[in-house]
Amino acid sequence: MRLINQKVSRPAGFLLAAIPFAIVIIAYVSASGARLAVNPSDKLLPSFASMAEAFWRMATQPDRRSGSLLLWADTAASLARLALGIGISALLALLLGVPIGLIPKIRGLLNAFIATFSLIPPITVLPILFIAVGLGEASKIALIIIGTAPVMTRAIALAVSELPVELLVKAQTLGASTWQIILRVVLPQIWPKLVVAIRLGLVPAWIFLISAEAIASTEGLGYRIFLVRRYLAMDVILPYVAWITLIAFLLDRALMLSSRRFFRWAHLGGGGL
Amino acid sequence: MLTIRNLEKDYGGVPVLERISLDIKEGCFCGIVGPSGCGKSTFLRILLGQEAPSRGELLLDGVPLPNEPSTERGIVFQRYSVFPHLTARENLLLAHDFEGSPFLGRAFGTRRREAERMADQLLDRTGLDPARDRYPAQLSGGMQQRLAIAQALMKRPRMLLLDEPFGALDPGVRLEMHDLLLELWREHGMTVFMVTHDISEAFKLSTRVLTFDKVRTDPQFPDAYGATVTYDLSVDGTAFPDNIEKDDPNAEAG
Repeated sequence: MRLINQKVSRPAGFLLAAIPFAIVIIAYVSASGARLAVNPSDKLLPSFASMAEAFWRMATQPDRRSGSLLLWADTAASLARLALGIGISALLALLLGVPIGLIPKIRGLLNAFIATFSLIPPITVLPILFIAVGLGEASKIALIIIGTAPVMTRAIALAVSELPVELLVKAQTLGASTWQIILRVVLPQIWPKLVVAIRLGLVPAWIFLISAEAIASTEGLGYRIFLVRRYLAMDVILPYVAWITLIAFLLDRALMLSSRRFFRWAHLGGGGL
Repeated sequence: MLTIRNLEKDYGGVPVLERISLDIKEGCFCGIVGPSGCGKSTFLRILLGQEAPSRGELLLDGVPLPNEPSTERGIVFQRYSVFPHLTARENLLLAHDFEGSPFLGRAFGTRRREAERMADQLLDRTGLDPARDRYPAQLSGGMQQRLAIAQALMKRPRMLLLDEPFGALDPGVRLEMHDLLLELWREHGMTVFMVTHDISEAFKLSTRVLTFDKVRTDPQFPDAYGATVTYDLSVDGTAFPDNIEKDDPNAEAG
């Protein structure tokens, strides 16, 4: 039978998916074991036990200097910045994207500007932000917004302009004004697209969050990683990276599941990401 | 009721429709047929107000129709006629929601109950009652089109425009739809315009059939002329000769 016709059963699928993970873990454990056998105080590839210990220490033992539980303090600080940044971006994407996609005059006014603005590499704006609004929370959140709002706005504008013109005409024959079309026809159909835009926007949002925290911050997941880098504390860095990955994964899943739950009509066709 | 005078439409200088003048009586069922690309859908879009004519007039009871869609003209497209995010019943209630509240877009109180009564009646009438709480994606093609027709009737439009409404349906379902459409037409007494490329369907349903085609051709310049109404037939076999220009030699031959 040809390879393209060989289907995978469910248990076999899980097994297949586990293989790459298993290979990476086995490779790490053996490499780490080999290095530690030569030099027990090696810091480069710490054992799982020492990583678990370091992670447990960060999560449960108050820091000697600040007295807080560092993992939770870092996570809370980072998530607050991320939520505020991506939330404001989503709001901007709605407030700008819907009129751009629907109303020709507003599209004429803003489309070229947003397309140009979105080409600015956001990280180059960071020094400007530091100078203009200082090193506080505002500059970090602003970086996330600058990095994600333009693409999210364009995604929403595109989704609106791709609504079948038939639906807009039909709404008009039912007596709808522009505002009523936005409220009852466009927005309800855009919500699931906004969830997708947020999920895609979260990827660059994490990058900008960690970058901003690395450069100027006193707490946060990105700050911690770059701080302990000075002591080659791989036993803290690696669990933190895994922790960030886990949070990002859970956020993405939660968004996808909430879209299925709240916008059931949009997922009836099957498929979708 | 509807008067069309010297209607012409061109896109970037290329004529699509030319020299169209018609008088349509109230309650007429007008079938519109013709080959692909002859402008019959363009004609329907102009009737709907989705596109503006390049020249000429469109008068409803002597008053020019606005150049944007309005409530006196209901529409059923071949696809995308109903709102995917609303259940069948919500789709029907939408029109009264628009009317009921300019800012919130939701009807309340007696208006709401009136709309619900009318919607339930139409759901029952179109056989959609068992599917009232389903989303369009959960309905068959025929049910979606029945819903689209019912939705267009909620505003009691004077004109119902249908753009190849049954083109994507199975033959058996199409026959059911014909019966339903004729019944609703008789009950509501609106004027119907239906574009179709099925000539037998046009003659079966219509009281009047308009045939669109290009009658003038220039072999050196194929885009020189647009299409017009070449035959205007009453279904009892008599033509409406007044609507065809006498100076057109091809029309005489027809």
